[in-house]
Amino acid sequence: MSLHFIEVENLARTFPQPGRQPPLTVFEHVNFTIEKGEFICVIGHSGCGKSTILNILAGLDAASEGAFVMDGKEVSGPSRDRGVIFQNHSLLPWLSALGNVSFAVRARWPEWSRRQVREHSLSYLKMVGLAGAEHKKPSELSGGMRQRVGIARAFAIEPKLLLMDEPFGALDALTRGVIQDELLEIWGRTHQTVFMITHDVDEAILLADRVMLMTNGPDARIAESVVIDIPRPRDRSAIHQHPEYYTIRNHLVDFLITRSKSLQGRVGGPGQQPRSVNPVRGTGVPDPGGTPRVVGGTG
Amino acid sequence: MAGLKIRAAILSVLFLAVFLGAWQLATAPPGATERELTEYEIMMGLGAGSGAGMPAPTEVFGLAWEELSRPFHDSGPNDKGIGLQLMYSVGRVLAGFALAVVVAVPIGFVIGMSPVLNNALNPYIQILKPISPLAWMPLALFTIKDAATSAIFVIFICSIWPMLVNTAFGVASVKRDWLNVARTLELSSLRTALFVILPAAAPTILTGMRISIGISWLVIVAAEMLVGGTGIGYYVWNEWNNLDIAAVIFAIIMIGVVGMLLDAALAQAGRFLRYQE
Repeated sequence: MSLHFIEVENLARTFPQPGRQPPLTVFEHVNFTIEKGEFICVIGHSGCGKSTILNILAGLDAASEGAFVMDGKEVSGPSRDRGVIFQNHSLLPWLSALGNVSFAVRARWPEWSRRQVREHSLSYLKMVGLAGAEHKKPSELSGGMRQRVGIARAFAIEPKLLLMDEPFGALDALTRGVIQDELLEIWGRTHQTVFMITHDVDEAILLADRVMLMTNGPDARIAESVVIDIPRPRDRSAIHQHPEYYTIRNHLVDFLITRSKSLQGRVGGPGQQPRSVNPVRGTGVPDPGGTPRVVGGTG
Repeated sequence: MAGLKIRAAILSVLFLAVFLGAWQLATAPPGATERELTEYEIMMGLGAGSGAGMPAPTEVFGLAWEELSRPFHDSGPNDKGIGLQLMYSVGRVLAGFALAVVVAVPIGFVIGMSPVLNNALNPYIQILKPISPLAWMPLALFTIKDAATSAIFVIFICSIWPMLVNTAFGVASVKRDWLNVARTLELSSLRTALFVILPAAAPTILTGMRISIGISWLVIVAAEMLVGGTGIGYYVWNEWNNLDIAAVIFAIIMIGVVGMLLDAALAQAGRFLRYQE
């Protein structure tokens, strides 16, 4: 039955509260699927639990309910078939750039020779434009270069699923643009399956095949799955001139401003997939006029 | 910045000159003849007998020159070279210190990784830590029955606590992000401990070692005064019994120099292990 590469079913996360208060449900009824090679972005306000979802997918946090199936197998706990790019790069500061990448490569393929590990790591450092800086320590690199090492490390272990938690959140706008381009270029070559969290609507449109929109927490759900069918390869400098760009952008921004709040705790239900929206074709778009249509009153 | 260093060096030398000058003046005997006599008496080991009191810096330097020109001579238990005595002391410190490293670092590691164990052992550590190491001496002599080994035990017991506490703290405060990196790479617990936690905690552990070796060097002098036989502490006590104050002052200076070298050696090691975030 499971024909999708990744299936997330009825995921929920509750946190116990102090005293006699009922436990806090950060999100629930989270259902979505990802196909192999898809680039998924998740957008939502702070506190909707998007980082928690990513941590559960990474195996660093456990879901209170629900299941996560990848390649037909239920997954629990961390594993090398999922690579993570953390928000604050989390490089080991006592290792050089090369040391950080080969640390991961050696863990992934313990049977490899020293030379194999080195060459593989160097090729990924070169891919992110860090050839020549491989012997520098993270403290000697700029913020953008550190994040590039993090990207190289995550790509180098060739995971089945790449998880990114606001990878460019801590970078200045110019650096962010450059690294977005690089990421787009690398992704175009590897067609890695990516699940990425971002705050940045423009970044999501530039990178993603689909953008999942989350309502506010607590009791957050994934309300919509917006298809971005702007053809690839996409160019950051020209994408905003694409005729469909602002239709998509307005839809996303509109969600963040009004519907993320008005739909809080009111969409979705057990086993229900998020509403698939294509703002350009007008399919799945909620009623005009901003009145939220409650979907999934079945539960 | 070079100018600052030069000025500081000049000032340093100036302070020393003033101090030595004041010392020389304060200890200068009223008459020249008496001064010659004093020197003669010192050569005969009777210096303080004349009631002259504190030796002048020139006397201390004369003795230092003599001692340092043959530091490893051994003419029986009461006349061993200063180098030999220092070697005994450094040997004891290193033996006790090495033993403490072997015990404290692994235990500190386990305590740091387990909050339960940390809370369970913390009251004992807090009680044992402030005990003067010399208070253990009778117990050590009674159970071990060997003076030299007892001195090593005292060094061991005093240097174990700073290392234990620092190792546990360093291990407990390793960044979650780094541990998450290890988890997503499916590293075994042993590999995580060796390749993530140990290098992350190394600077803190080394700080503990530096404190420990400093305390050990303070304690060994007192311990050797009690135990006797060999070592710089025994040398000081022996020269005091001989009323050779110049030798005592010389020994004090040597204790300072060796202590500084021990500390500098560990500081240098720390430089290799330090990382910048």
